[in-house]
Amino acid sequence: MAVISYREALNQAMREEMERDANVFVMGEEVGHYNGAYKVTQGLLQRFSERRVVDTPIAEMGFAGVGVGAAMVGLRPIIEFMTWNFSLVAIDQIVNSAAKMFQMSGGQFNIPIVFRGPSGPAVQVGSQHSQALESWYAHVPGLSVVLPSTAYDAKGLLKTAIRDDNPVVFMEGETLYGMTGEVPEAEYLIPFGVGDIKRPGKDVTLVAWSRMVHVCLEAARELAKQGIDAEIVDPRTLRPLDTAIICDSVKKTGRCVIVEVGWPQAGFGAEIAYQVQRQCLDALDAPVERVCSDDVPMPYAKNLEDEVQPQVKDVIAAVRRALYLD
Amino acid sequence: MTLPDSARVEPEQAVPTTVDELAPLYRQMLAIRRMEEAAAKAYSQGKIGGFLHLIIGQEAVCVGSIAALKPDDYVVATYREHGHAYAKGIAARPIMAELYGKKTGLVKGLGGSMHLFDKPTNFLGGHGIVGGHVPLAAGAAFASKYRNDGRVTVCYFGDGAATIGGFAEGLSLSALWKLPIVLICENNQYSMGTPLYRSLAVEDVSLRALAHGMARDRFDGDDVIRVKRRIAEAVDRARVTGEPTLVEIVTYRFRGHSMSDPGLYRTKEEVEEWRRRDPLNRARLRLLEVGMAEAAIEALEADVKAEIEDSVKFAEDSAPADAYTPYVMKGAQ
Ligand SMILES: Cc1ncc(C[n+]2csc(CCOP(=O)(O)OP(=O)(O)O)c2C)c(N)n1
Ligand SMILES: [Mg+2]
Repeated sequence: MAVISYREALNQAMREEMERDANVFVMGEEVGHYNGAYKVTQGLLQRFSERRVVDTPIAEMGFAGVGVGAAMVGLRPIIEFMTWNFSLVAIDQIVNSAAKMFQMSGGQFNIPIVFRGPSGPAVQVGSQHSQALESWYAHVPGLSVVLPSTAYDAKGLLKTAIRDDNPVVFMEGETLYGMTGEVPEAEYLIPFGVGDIKRPGKDVTLVAWSRMVHVCLEAARELAKQGIDAEIVDPRTLRPLDTAIICDSVKKTGRCVIVEVGWPQAGFGAEIAYQVQRQCLDALDAPVERVCSDDVPMPYAKNLEDEVQPQVKDVIAAVRRALYLD
Repeated sequence: MTLPDSARVEPEQAVPTTVDELAPLYRQMLAIRRMEEAAAKAYSQGKIGGFLHLIIGQEAVCVGSIAALKPDDYVVATYREHGHAYAKGIAARPIMAELYGKKTGLVKGLGGSMHLFDKPTNFLGGHGIVGGHVPLAAGAAFASKYRNDGRVTVCYFGDGAATIGGFAEGLSLSALWKLPIVLICENNQYSMGTPLYRSLAVEDVSLRALAHGMARDRFDGDDVIRVKRRIAEAVDRARVTGEPTLVEIVTYRFRGHSMSDPGLYRTKEEVEEWRRRDPLNRARLRLLEVGMAEAAIEALEADVKAEIEDSVKFAEDSAPADAYTPYVMKGAQ
């Protein structure tokens, strides 16, 4: 298997799907001539020309809506947000147009569109450019919400997203692009709603997605030194959610810690906690724990930024609480 | 004679001025340039993080236009706002300390480069979402009209903002409600890597005023006195008649969009051409013409150098941002 970066994996997925289906096109700010603000669309303009790799002005509401309109009549747009922070300018088109169109039209107009781009806190870019918005979109019926944590998942899930006949919110980890991993040469797709065990273990279930999977992996290595064997479950898609893989794990371990980089109130972890207590209350030996960012907008200074986000030590502390060790 | 940067200035009909008027503006422009050069250096040493957008090359726009304002007037700016903040009267020390993310920073290390705010000088930010701040500026102007307080609001935005809804809606409301505002498009001809001709079907942002029956102006931004004079007309209009103006000032950023942008989408020749029109060199030559002695200019320059070195030292010596005090909701700390 080839070892490639998360960025290259995404690039390959788009390239392959554009080769496969002439209705697929990419649109967004700096996606063409600049090769992408984060270089995810590198080389696509050269390969597919301006007809299919469309640079836009700064007009998120406009080009998100153009994407939805084009999808109504049969194209398959990939709309790149330079970062998901700017999707807030376009959220009306995502929620009120894309997500509702199929139902609103009595099943006549499905919207095969992918909204994608970097998401989650970045490094020292301040509160308007550093936040996790997956819980917002995971709330909305009609959308799929996808957050790959590895290069392998990124490629397989993006290909699925592009072939999906409904709107997909595809949130890439802004700090994961350079991370490398094994990706098969042969074509593969990863279905939505199927989670993945990123580390098997028997003492406690850690549920995490996107960058938090890597924080949990590091925490698990530390915990192993303390004799605690953590299992890490990555749901990969928050909508649809693979509750079965989470509950099966909790039935084995009896403990559940949910780690997310978003804010605590109405964060997606609260939904998972609900599902766990609803579906496997008897298996729980301790209350479900959540680790989140502090309930504040992101500060700029590095020391404060680290302080408000979940760190390895916070995960370890939550695990120890769940095991009644502290 | 030493010029701050390159050596040549294009000849051009000069706007009448005096040493008393021009010297302080030259000083401000030079301080902004030196401050940003120091920031760029600190960034490359890893002492400043995140995004750092420099205004180098565009200094005459913020300095000239803010010189046409009174201290009570409001300024609303983008993430490329160090110069606007300084010109509005914020000292180099708290600006630099903010970039360093220190406790002594203008907003206590919470905002960083893109989010400078200062109530005492009526500096209303420092905004990171393109176009999102234009309605905010209209809101400040709305309040001035509401209270009849005689203040004017000046709002800055890039050429790239001319295509987004926040701008279109802010413009439209300013015209409809006749708000005392001057909307200044700092047209540096690129939004990130996108030249204006790939953003706008008609490459003249000021034309947008016409459909709203709004006054407009459009001119080059390399002569700080010209900027001051032309913006003063718009500010007077706002103050006296309460009417808004859309002004487009054509300028150029010498550096990349931010520190991480090598700017490969522009030719060396193009950048060189604009560097020859450096507003600082122009102002310096003009100072000599209107009678400032070379020695006096050099003394001013030495003073600027000391001021900026002091701000860097202040930032470096300051304590890190404090153990976290959230400012999430007033009264809830
Ligand atoms: C709504 C939104 N979309 C995208 C961005 C990312 N972005 C930041 S600055 C910028 C270019 C802005 O160009 P312009 O308005 O010309 O201002 P300049 O940077 O040239 O001063 C872009 C695309 C953003 N901050 N906000
Ligand atoms: Mg610009």
